[in-house]
Order: sequence, then structure tokens, then C-alpha cells
Amino acid sequence: MNEVLIYAVGSLGAIGIVAAVILFFVAQKFKVYEDPRIDEVEEALPSANCGGCGYAGCRAFAEGMVKAGNMEGFNCPVGGADVMQQVASILGLVADVTEPMIAVIRCNGSLLNSPKKVEYDGIATCASASVLYAGDGGCSFGCLGLADCVVSCDFDAIHMNPETGLPEVNNNCTACGACVKACPRDIIELRNVGKKERRIFVSCINEEKGAPAKKNCTVACIGCSKCFNVCPFEAIEMKNNRAYIDYDKCKLCRKCVPVCPTDAIHEINFPLKKLIVKEEKAVETSAETVSAKTPATEKQDEVNKTEES
Amino acid sequence: MQTFKLGGVHPPENKLSAEEVVETLALPKQVIVPLGQHLGAPATAVVNRGDEVKVGQLIAKSSGFISANIHSPVSGKVFKIDDVYDASGFRKPSIIINVAGDEWLESIDRSEDICADIKLNQKEIVDKLNEMGIVGLGGAAFPSYVKLMVPDGKKVDYLLINGVECEPYLTSDHRLMMEKGEEMLIGATILMKGLNTNKAMIGIENNKPDAIEHLTRLATKYKGISVHSLKVKYPQGGEKQLIKALTGREVPSGKLPLEVGCVVNNVGTAFAVYEAVQKNKPLFERVVTITGKSIKKPSNFLVRIGTPIKELIEAANGIPENTGKIISGGPMMGKAVLNDDIPVVKGTSGILLMPDTEAKRREINTCIRCSKCVSVCPMGLEPFLLSKASMLAKFDIVEKELVMDCIECGSCSYTCPSNIPLLDYIRLGKNKVGQIIRNRNQK
Amino acid sequence: MSLLSISASPHVHGDNSVKKIMWGVIYAMVPAMLVSIYYFGLDAVRVTLIAVAASIFFEWLFQKYLIKGADTYMDGSAVITGVLLAFNLPSNLPWWIIVIGALVAIGMGKMSFGGIGKNIFNPALVGRVFLLISFPVQMTSWPKASPIINGITDAITGPTPLGIVKEGLDAGMTVEQVMAQVPSFMQQFVGGIGGSLGEVSALALLLGGFYMLWKKIITWEIPVSILLTVVIFSGIFWLIDPTQYVNPMFHLLTGGMMLGAVFMATDMVSSPMSRNGQLVYGVGIGLLTIIIRMWGAYPEGMSFAILLMNAATPLLNITFKPKRFGRN
Repeated sequence: MNEVLIYAVGSLGAIGIVAAVILFFVAQKFKVYEDPRIDEVEEALPSANCGGCGYAGCRAFAEGMVKAGNMEGFNCPVGGADVMQQVASILGLVADVTEPMIAVIRCNGSLLNSPKKVEYDGIATCASASVLYAGDGGCSFGCLGLADCVVSCDFDAIHMNPETGLPEVNNNCTACGACVKACPRDIIELRNVGKKERRIFVSCINEEKGAPAKKNCTVACIGCSKCFNVCPFEAIEMKNNRAYIDYDKCKLCRKCVPVCPTDAIHEINFPLKKLIVKEEKAVETSAETVSAKTPATEKQDEVNKTEES
Repeated sequence: MQTFKLGGVHPPENKLSAEEVVETLALPKQVIVPLGQHLGAPATAVVNRGDEVKVGQLIAKSSGFISANIHSPVSGKVFKIDDVYDASGFRKPSIIINVAGDEWLESIDRSEDICADIKLNQKEIVDKLNEMGIVGLGGAAFPSYVKLMVPDGKKVDYLLINGVECEPYLTSDHRLMMEKGEEMLIGATILMKGLNTNKAMIGIENNKPDAIEHLTRLATKYKGISVHSLKVKYPQGGEKQLIKALTGREVPSGKLPLEVGCVVNNVGTAFAVYEAVQKNKPLFERVVTITGKSIKKPSNFLVRIGTPIKELIEAANGIPENTGKIISGGPMMGKAVLNDDIPVVKGTSGILLMPDTEAKRREINTCIRCSKCVSVCPMGLEPFLLSKASMLAKFDIVEKELVMDCIECGSCSYTCPSNIPLLDYIRLGKNKVGQIIRNRNQK
Repeated sequence: MSLLSISASPHVHGDNSVKKIMWGVIYAMVPAMLVSIYYFGLDAVRVTLIAVAASIFFEWLFQKYLIKGADTYMDGSAVITGVLLAFNLPSNLPWWIIVIGALVAIGMGKMSFGGIGKNIFNPALVGRVFLLISFPVQMTSWPKASPIINGITDAITGPTPLGIVKEGLDAGMTVEQVMAQVPSFMQQFVGGIGGSLGEVSALALLLGGFYMLWKKIITWEIPVSILLTVVIFSGIFWLIDPTQYVNPMFHLLTGGMMLGAVFMATDMVSSPMSRNGQLVYGVGIGLLTIIIRMWGAYPEGMSFAILLMNAATPLLNITFKPKRFGRN
């Protein structure tokens, strides 16, 4: 009986030792050197794996950065400047400083502003509807309201407002750009967050001439160039019957907002009391802009602000 | 009974206007002629605002190899050249003409006499079709002259004339075969000459026994043309399915019918070819069916291109109160349109009005894996798999499962007991995969 | 006028619906149900009612509290599971075993995968096999089938023909001796063989099968391939040695063969999608059934064969694609 035990223990032990030796040599032979800094950088990254940096995931991004040896053009939109500084200190490099960005929805064709003319009865994806027809309101540039952007968001930063039928971005937004890619009509744009989170943008991308655009949507940009003429900083460009505000040049002076005849230019996060009160019409329009046109966005932003502070 | 083998469905035929003789629709006050009515590049306008035009006058010129001339359908004054909403609500360049009188170009032979004598040679036929702006009238509106330009090394064995009209409700081809059979057969003979072949087969589904009998009798006079009765099965009017049904040949995936020595033309096209070649008449009018269960007077009209479909609906005793959907084309492959202001174009075979009870889609249930979609797919695909993969954005699987073979006939969605809009998802996947393939080829 | 609706083609839909298919299957089961009532009397009604009611109840319960999806308990699929489960049970089974069977069938066999359309195994068979393994005694003592016109059946129990043959052959008897103890083929075909509710009459089951074929609920591939395989495979052995192996007709007509081939294996959810896949699936079921019947421990192998091939279905779906158009 004892012999059997000894044999068993002995043979198993021998097999174990042999196997361990083989494994050791194999491991040595096939060892792949990996820069330990990749792990460190990956650790510092937010590991959202959203692909906002243009790489397949956080690890690929870290590898790319370590391999490149500099940080030009590398930016993690989710982590922002803080994370990039941290990464820079790990790698002993200088971070490529970029301003924080946020997704902006450039359509205000809500159910009220652009009433339904037909009823869509197909599958609920913008990608499918955008090929099929112009849109419920008749504008072939506007938001289809089927929430492809909401589905694409990994950060719970974009939601549909059932009242307006439009998506709204909140401060969870990391500017990863997933919604920009998801929108088949290129309505969503990444713009800089701006000083005190104040932003001015044209909330319409329609390229129609004035009359048909206005027929479909009361708040369409009609390409009248009034804002273009009033802008002291040449921040507004007119192209394809529409105005576009270059956020790098815009100094947030708000002169363009009251002149817009269709209230297509939106300003957000500006305090109400500091409204320009020189012209009566101006007060009227901007008050409308703030209260009637983007009540929810405004509110949402305020809520987020209070939550943060 | 001849038919294609794989898949297919048999929706209720509802050929409400099959007995209605084609009437000529009164001229509208204004016509809207879109410049992109055909497959390929839109034509370029050659008239200006304020120009006086006559019926049949060239108003827009073909702007490429795959493109087509457009001729004025009415006489009058060009009101403007502007973007106008198309059936899907996108604004497309169009010529708008205010109608005044009905003055035709002198070169058009307006007599009813049948001229069977074909004077033109092959090259002249091709040029004539190009000049007269003839496109396929079955729906896709592919420029017809391109089909006659057979590349070197390819030989056409058969000209197939598509008289199947497998779409429910539509009867324009049926009426044309009954009323213009002789002309259509001459048109087919012209096409045979253009293709340099001596065999033509006309395929007609056996739910049109009168047309089969009529054409069989007439065809005895025309050498090389035979009429074939086909079992009723959708989508037999599809090019590939028709070739399979008539010749037993299978067009290889991604290839043209020419690969198996066949060219398919619609009966309407054959008639248009006759008019273009023998009567010198450009394509500016066509037969359109106006139908629907709720409509008072389902009928067939000879309509000038550019007539708003509103006029058609009026002529059929007006739009019913409960209309829930207006479809341009048949119920299986037609397109739901946004309003009744859109014009009739060369590819409009019918206008179908659906009551709102029928128009709404049914509630979607879970897939019970009954495999009915697989068994009805005429291309041998697996719609359940393609749609699920598209839904989950797994486009590599969608491509591997041969989504590009899909002919979008809708048999799968039609038959699904769970009411899953399979084709919607498949089309989505097909679009994406098409983009992916294009991007890859560019690299 | 309300707003026009916009959707992609096709704009019409056929008259197929899940409900229609499910109730079609239920109608197809009516002949077999009537036959079971004819032979087993009120007991058959009792077993069927309990199984169906329990199945619907558990479907509702799981749907409401676990899956939280749309109500599916009345779409007919739970009724089918209930009736099929009852078809697989002896008529003298205590009520609580039936309820356990329904719980396992619906809960484990169907709802744990996510409900209708998502299960990989036939739920009724999961229930039956669970009961067969857990309660072997109750599940294999069958009351003798005798028409109710001959008076209400009492507690006479006896083995099924398959059981008789299995035991007999294992005990070293020849086929001839064994076959003398079982009913004639004609009797097996028309009805009257001992067993569970659904297997008494091959004829009634076939009737249901033809109804489903006519209504296009099932296709011929699966049942035909199963039955042909059974006849050919068992026929080969019978030709080699008729004293050791029983007549293929016997295999065809006894036990759950018809029930399995017509109602169980054709279950849409758990069978392959393409025609070739279905043929291979059927052949697999046929072979496995005969192998289990001839050399396995259980006299009946149909349920195990179907469950095994259910497990192979995803693989068959990947391997056997439909015949493509224009790609040869």
C-alpha cells in the first residue's frame, strides 16, 4: 500500500517538475518585450474605450503614444487636459493642449417649429429614415428624431426630449465624437465649451434658399447674412445659404443673436440680467431665444452646473 | 408551367383596373419635369425661363453615358427652372412649364397607322433610342440605348420582353399588351434588330389569360417571337427571376443578364421603342394605373410626364377621406410618397392609394425562427440573419452573408409572421456594406 | 384626413402571424387528443388540462416578473408546450408531477433563454426528459389502452411495445417470441398501443401532420427525413439478422416516433433554417433514435435524439446555407 502511494507521489511530482522546467524555458523563449510605460499610460486613461481619440481603444491609444515618442495630435477627449498632463508626466513629454469640446446639436426643428407633415412608420433608426425621405417636417437637412445619436453615446450625455422631438446634450459629454459619426445628417458638431461654458452657434444647417427653408421650419437659417454683416470679428462665414460661426474667432459678443430674423442663432449659459437692453426688439428676440426656443437645454445646463458646484 | 425555382410569394393580386381601357388624361395647367428621372446622371436643361416649347421638343440633354434626354411633354412657356420636391421630399432640379394649347413638333407622326417596316439599321436604332430619351419603363428607368450596346465578345441569345407585371394592383402593362399588342411586337422586333438576335420571348403570368391569348395570336406574324405563360409568383418580374423562368439560366451574382446572353425589356419599353423608331415620338407620355381598394374608379390613364399625381387622383374621382398612404408603383416595391403634388415621371407605373387601416405596419413580435423568410427568398439568402446582423451593426457578417445579392423584393417582410420589417434592416445593412466596399475599392 | 404615413417597401403584409401558426399547430393536435380521450377517458382530459393550464400560468408568471416583456401567454405557444407535454405523459400521472413538468418545460426550457423564439431546446421535451429522469417509475408505468366504450379503465398498467421488446431482447428471447407479445402493426397504426397520451395512434398524429403541411406550418423535410432514416437504418440491421433486430415497421409505428417526427422535431424555434440543414437534422434524429433504441439503456430514444439534434441546430445553421441564386 505504501509503495503505491510513494510511486504515485513520486511520479506525479517528477512530471510536475519536468513540466515546470519546460514551461520556464518556453516562456523565456517566447517572451515579448513590452514597454512598461504602456501599462502606466493605460492606467492613467479613463478606460472608456470609446474611440474618441481615433484609436481602437485606450490601450491602442497608449501604445500609439508611447511608440510615437511625442504627444502631438494625441488627445483623449474624455479625460481632457488633466489626463493628458498626467500622461505627459509619465512619458516625460509635453502635452498637446487642446480646449475642451462639447457636442452641439445644430437643429431646432422641433415639433413646434417644424410640424409633422407625414408620419414615419418604419424602423426607428435615423440611418434608415434619412435614406428613405426628407423628414417628418419636410426639411431634408433637419433632425429626424429617431435617436441614433442617443444610442451611440457611451456616456449617457445625450437624450431625446419628447416635447421637442430633438436630442439634448448634457454636461456628461466628453466630446468623443460618437454621435457626430452616428448622425447621418451631420447635424451634431463638436464645438469648444467656451468661457464659463458660454456658447453661441447657428442652430440650423439647412442649405435651402430662404423661402422653402422657412416654409418647412420657422427657425431655419435663411442665409440673410445679417449676422455676417454685424459680426465685428469676422467669425461668421456664409456658405450654401447658411451662416456658420467659427468658434475659434467668436468672442461671444452676442451681437449676432438679436439680428437673426428667425432666431436661428442660439446663445446658452449667458446670464439673463446682462441682456442687451438698448433695442426693444433685441430684448424680445433674445428673451424668446432663451425662454421659448431652448428652455430645456438651458434648464438642463443649469441643473448640471448646480450639481457640479 | 414555367416559373423560377427559388423562393417567391403570392400576394393577393387585386388587379382592380384590369378591365379598364386606357383613357387619355386631360392636360394639366402646369407640368413639373424633373431632370433626374432616370438611372444615372441627371440631364442638363437646354431651355431657359420664358422659352416657348412644343410637345416633343428637347428640353434637357443627356449628360453622360448613363443618362437620358428629356423632351417637353406639353406645349407652352417655361415658367422656371428650379428645385422642386421629389417623391421623398428632397429638392431636385426640375423644369416647370405652364401649359398653353397642345402643339406638337411636326416631325412626330401622330397617325394611328401601324408601320411594321423597319427602315433603320442597328446603329441608327441605338442612336434613335438615345435621342428620343427612351428608358426602361418597368420602374428602374435605365436608359434603353445602353442595353443595346452589346460589348465585343458578348452575344445576345434572347431578347426577353417582360409582360409579367407581378406587382399586385398594377395593370398598365396588361392594358398596353391588350390595346397596343401589334405595336409592342414591332417594338420587340426593333429591339431584336438592335441586339442582333433572332429570338425573343415574351413572359406573361397566367393571371392575364386574355393578354397571353391575344399576343400569341399576333405573334404568329412576327418571326422569332414566342409568348410564354408563367405561373403567378412574385417577384417574377425581377430581371434575374424572369431569365431563370424563361430560359433556365442563372445570372451569376454581381453580373449583368448579358453574361448569360439575355437582355430584358419591359412591354412598355417595347411600345415606347416602337413609337420612337417608327413614329419619331420621344418618350413624354406613359400609361399609369391609378388604383386602390378605397378609390372609386380604378383606371389606367395615358399621362404626360410631369403631370402632378393629384390630377390623376382627381380623374379617378378624388382622394378618399381615409387615405393613409400614397404609393408610387406597386405595393411590394413601390415608394411611399410625401404628398400628391409630385409629378409623374418616366418610371411611374402606377399610383396606389391605401386606406389608413391597411397602410400602418403591424406590431412587431419576436422572431420565432420559422424559416419562412429563408424559404421565400428568391436569391437564396437568409433574411433573418441579415436583418439581425444589420440591427446589431455587424456589417462584416452582413457582407459575408451576401447582402449585396439582395434584390429588395420584400418577400421576406411580406411573409414574416412576426411582422418584423426584415427588408428595412437588410436595406440598411446593404447601404452600409455598399459604402464599406466603395471605400475599400478606393484605397 | 390624417397624416400620410411613410415607410419603406413592401407596403403590404401577408396573412401570416405567430398566433395563426401556433393555433394551427393546436388544431393539428386535436385528432391525437381525441384518440387519447377515446382510449384513456377522463384521465387524458385531466392530464391535458393540468399541463396546459400550468404551462400558461408559468408563461404568464415568468413573462411578468422575470422577462417583463409583452404578454405572450395567450399567443398559443404555451398551449402547444402544454399539450405536447401532456402527449408525453402517462394518463395516470399525479397532478403535481405534471405541474413540475410544466414548470421545467416553460421555466427552464423556454423562459430561461428569454422566452418565445429564443430557446434552443424544445421546451416540452425538456419537461418530459426532466420528469423521465426524476420520476422513472411514475413515468414508465402506463395504463393499458382500452377504449372507454369498454368501460372505464382501472389501474391496470403495462409496458409499452418498445418496453416489451427491449426487455424481451435483453432477456435473450428471439424477435419472433417477443413480437408475439406486442400488438399487430395495424393496431399500432390505428391506435390502441400502450404508452403516453400522444403515442397511442400513429394515424391521428399523421393526420395532424398532413394538416400542418397543408397549412404550410411545417415543411416536409424534417418528418420525411426522420422517418426515412429510421426505416432505412433499422431496415439494414433487420435484413442482416431478422432474429436479432425487429422489423423497421415496428420502429416506425411505436413509441413517440410519429409524435416526435411530426410535432416535436418540427418545432420552428429549435430546428434549422435551411432545407439542407433540416434534412441533416432529420437524418441525425433518425439515426440517434434507432441507436438509442437498439443499444441504449432506455427503450425509447426519440426525446433524447431530438434534444441532441436541437443542440446541434446552431452548428447546422452555420454549416448548411440555403442554395444561393447565381452562385454555383
